[in-house]
Amino acid sequence: MVQLHRSPAPARPDPASPVPPSPTDPIASLIASYRPAAGSQDEMLAPDGSLRPHWHTLASHLASLQPAHWNSRTAAIQRLLLDHGVTYNIYDDSKGASRPWALDPIPFILSAEEWQSVAAGLSQRSRLLNAILADIYGPQHLLREGWLPPVLVHANPGFLRAAWGVNPPGDAFLVSSGTDLVRGPDGSWLVLADRTQAPSGRGYAFENRSIIAEVFGETLESCRVLRLGSFFHAERDALRLLAPTRRGSPGVVLMTPGPYNETYFEHAYEARLMGYPLVEGADLTVRDRKLFLKTLEGLRRVDVLLRRVDDVFADPLELRADTFLGVSGLSEAWRSGNVSLVNGIGSGVVESPALHPFLPGICRHLLGEELMLGSVPAWWCGQPRELSLVLDNPSRWVLKPAFASGSRDPVFLDELSSKDLNNLLARVRAEPHAWIAQEALNLSTTPVWNGRQLEPRPLVWRAFSVSAAGVCTVMPGGLSRVSPVPGRFVVTMQRGSISKDTWVLDSNSSSPPPDPPPSPIVLRPLRSPVGVPSRAAEHLFWLGRYAERMEWHVRLVRTTLQRFSGESSPSKERERLACLRLLSGLELAPPTTTAASLRSELHALLSKPERTGSIPDLASRLRYNAAAARDRLSDDSWRLFNRLERDAAQSRAAASDPTAAAGLLDTLILDLAAFAGMQQENMTRGHGWRFLESGRRLERAINVLSLVRFASQLCASDNAALSPLLEVCDSTMTYRRLHFASPALLPTADLLLLNEENPRAAAAQFQRLSRVFAEFPAGTSGSAGRERELLDALRSDLASLNLDALRHSTEVATTLLPSFCSRITDGCEAISAALTEHFFSHAHRRDV
Amino acid sequence: MTYQISHRTLYSYDAPVTVAHYIARLEPRSLASQSCPWHEIHIRPEPACRAPGRTDAFGNLSVYFEIEGTHEQLEVVARSYVRITPNPLPDPASTPPWESVRDACRSDSWNADSAAAEFVWPSPLIPILTEFADFATPSFPPARPILLAVQDLNARLFKYFKFDPDATDAATPVLESFKRRRGVCQDFAHVMIACLRAIGIPARYVSGYLETIPPPGKPKLQGADASHAWVSIWCGEAAGWIDADPTNNLLPSDQHITVAWGRDFSDVSPLTGVSIGAGRQSLSVAVDVMAIDD
Repeated sequence: MVQLHRSPAPARPDPASPVPPSPTDPIASLIASYRPAAGSQDEMLAPDGSLRPHWHTLASHLASLQPAHWNSRTAAIQRLLLDHGVTYNIYDDSKGASRPWALDPIPFILSAEEWQSVAAGLSQRSRLLNAILADIYGPQHLLREGWLPPVLVHANPGFLRAAWGVNPPGDAFLVSSGTDLVRGPDGSWLVLADRTQAPSGRGYAFENRSIIAEVFGETLESCRVLRLGSFFHAERDALRLLAPTRRGSPGVVLMTPGPYNETYFEHAYEARLMGYPLVEGADLTVRDRKLFLKTLEGLRRVDVLLRRVDDVFADPLELRADTFLGVSGLSEAWRSGNVSLVNGIGSGVVESPALHPFLPGICRHLLGEELMLGSVPAWWCGQPRELSLVLDNPSRWVLKPAFASGSRDPVFLDELSSKDLNNLLARVRAEPHAWIAQEALNLSTTPVWNGRQLEPRPLVWRAFSVSAAGVCTVMPGGLSRVSPVPGRFVVTMQRGSISKDTWVLDSNSSSPPPDPPPSPIVLRPLRSPVGVPSRAAEHLFWLGRYAERMEWHVRLVRTTLQRFSGESSPSKERERLACLRLLSGLELAPPTTTAASLRSELHALLSKPERTGSIPDLASRLRYNAAAARDRLSDDSWRLFNRLERDAAQSRAAASDPTAAAGLLDTLILDLAAFAGMQQENMTRGHGWRFLESGRRLERAINVLSLVRFASQLCASDNAALSPLLEVCDSTMTYRRLHFASPALLPTADLLLLNEENPRAAAAQFQRLSRVFAEFPAGTSGSAGRERELLDALRSDLASLNLDALRHSTEVATTLLPSFCSRITDGCEAISAALTEHFFSHAHRRDV
Repeated sequence: MTYQISHRTLYSYDAPVTVAHYIARLEPRSLASQSCPWHEIHIRPEPACRAPGRTDAFGNLSVYFEIEGTHEQLEVVARSYVRITPNPLPDPASTPPWESVRDACRSDSWNADSAAAEFVWPSPLIPILTEFADFATPSFPPARPILLAVQDLNARLFKYFKFDPDATDAATPVLESFKRRRGVCQDFAHVMIACLRAIGIPARYVSGYLETIPPPGKPKLQGADASHAWVSIWCGEAAGWIDADPTNNLLPSDQHITVAWGRDFSDVSPLTGVSIGAGRQSLSVAVDVMAIDD
């Protein structure tokens, strides 16, 4: 039988002074149509229908909002979510797409008193779960002395033998926890589930707060809401304490499974928020039983690894060998005390809800304390008496797998047909230890804005804590979620739910909320303790290349489209044909394309993502590389990428309408120019910038060289290609200013190849590359790379081009110039390959 | 009986490997019936890091090492002396009825039976499936003494399965090799364990060696030229763990040398590693077990 220790009931309004219901009172009209169901608590209204006191300030603010205000604020939330690119990837989404996050404008509010009592319970729970982990991966007294049935450990797939016998640095198995809490009908908070191996949600909680603060800033201020920033400061301090050595400036990195993970947004967000490099398993390596990050400047020691990769994927040597998400040798490095893992490998074992009934006894035994925070009443079917209780009256229960939490949805037994129920109960009888039954509680409800009015929805609150060296800090807030539909609520983001900001009110009404403690000031520290991961540099390099490539393709399509509009003339038709040759030269249109089929090729370039080099194709490549380097891009850059993605998504619709297409291409050029401007004006000149810049310069050189090459070949018959060429190269005005004449081949080639003052010219790209290369780090091998040598050779090759001497040659257009351009283009690709070899080469690994 | 054992593993890579991490489980365990007075491991190329040996969660002795720098071959040679003094087997007919062993393992309190039950649950390579329970059932009629039932299952598997080194590889799932009815000692052992666990009897995977050249008059056993694998079955507190070798249809006495045990092969693989580099590798293993005069 479960013994629950309930936290104190929440403060009820003084019945003597309820908020007076008056038809003229705006609050009364706000809540007039709000009708919580009987049988469950409501967060906002007391059982007598009066407003709970801690909701009063918010309610009066909300009551003052006109319908138009509501609309503008919910629209603002939507816009911010899109701009910030807040997503949650849904595995079973057939498109594999990332889905925008849903955020309700109404926060969920906790009074400071109530939050403090829950926080004390969470702090105790974190100590308790850590002590349980230390026991079951060590002496196993809990099993030997009968506090925990052995099967709950032995049959638990979360019990990882690799963690057995490990004494982690600081005795910390569990540092970071997430706890799903619900309020039962009697008003007490109960634990529904523990998230201990790689708890997610903290970044989303912070993001929710930043959006609500932007939209409801004054309300947040006047409600005196505790800030979240202090929690992240506490976390940084905790991680410092956990570092096995070098506590002054430990190397801390956040390891993500990568951009395809469901909560990747949050990994990148948190890495940026905390200033930790975001890394993938392939960025890390174990040498001499220590963990290192592969950076542009060689290996950098990692002291603390924030692990967002699940337990079993963390180390292919000792855990699951069939994945590439982890780091080979990580378990041994951790076992040797050379790195702290947040959280320790094997921490997932205490996520099992089958532990819940045993926690009160274990808490008394291990901590000598009563358990402060109870669990949702649960019965583990592995015990005969509990099993018969469940089988006798199935309709009362929600059935969950005892292990592998979160992998399968809980089942409400009263919703099953008798056939399904019998099948499921037969499985329970066959393997009783693998199931637990939780009581189907009526969860408390909290108001959501349904677009017209407030509506009660069941609520689950995920609270977060971080512990080190005996100190546990609880986030004053958390990630609250409500059901997307009225009625029952199964808490899973995979199924879709609406999130809410969580407000904890400041209890001290006289003093303003404290600012976070100041950090020690260091003017220009020499460098961060860990450098730029090679993989991040590679993504930035390709981000530069694709951003530039997209601009060229957009310009070429726009220039071609313009040759279709307006009155037709023989010269326009010749230019259209020339554009067609340029497109097929860049392999954007098949060589078989005719004047008649050109339109449909342009249509394909605007609408077909499966076509290499099309606008949608490049938009998604750009987006992928931007996402993978998300932690190194500013919020404004990110906002631009989100806008670019939205704009590019319209290209399919615009493809069949020339006016819409022209407008869209203009917009895309401005988006790309904005990113280029942001890169030049706002990005710090670090190694990350240098790789972004290198990608952009190389790609620009390659494109201008290729276009001059194909245009030159056309010039053998006439000069119709030169106008479009200058247009695509954004050099029409310059040419006119210099020459006052219709374009000719050699002056055009001079302007586009040799003129270092023209920012689109090949020579200008090489000049800038040369400056960037001089600042490059030594590289992973420690030796200078071939890229500088190759660039020097290219520059002198280009400088040797004497266009004057070619003036009278008959072969200049057909052969000399094209083969020269082609040679220099090959040189650019060789530089790209040399950079890859020098800085990015992550030899892939495989299992022996 | 005393044995001198040499176990040589050679990995050849078709492209150079720059960094590799390995775990070796090559040191024979010390048991009531077995002692290992001498053991050494030679590794070429010289490891950049070789951790002190440690005892894993199952009591096996393991060594972690790293090879750094370009290499195209890895050679690991383990040499051991092992003395075997076999425990006398209990009279099979006097062992407890198999159901009583099964039921005792379900205890919630800690005792020898519930501790042994660590080996009754599904493990990374061995799921619990009705196919295996169906195969096991004829050997386990009601109230049959457990060791008689195990001997029967051992004999049936020996007949049912054909030893065939080409039929499977280390990655073949247990249900697949069961359906093909072919395999090597690893497959025999996994299938037998799956059968026993499916009916609630704890069983563990044992890796080790067999004597290479049998004494005059005795046949050469299958699996003698490589490392071998068999099964250990929980037969109740009095009888304890008793080994069975389904590949050879016998209960081991003094010709089987135990190196390590675990839930399945993944817990005891003699040499496991992850390397960074390109290309594929080939593996050759040579085991030599010689009886020497005491």
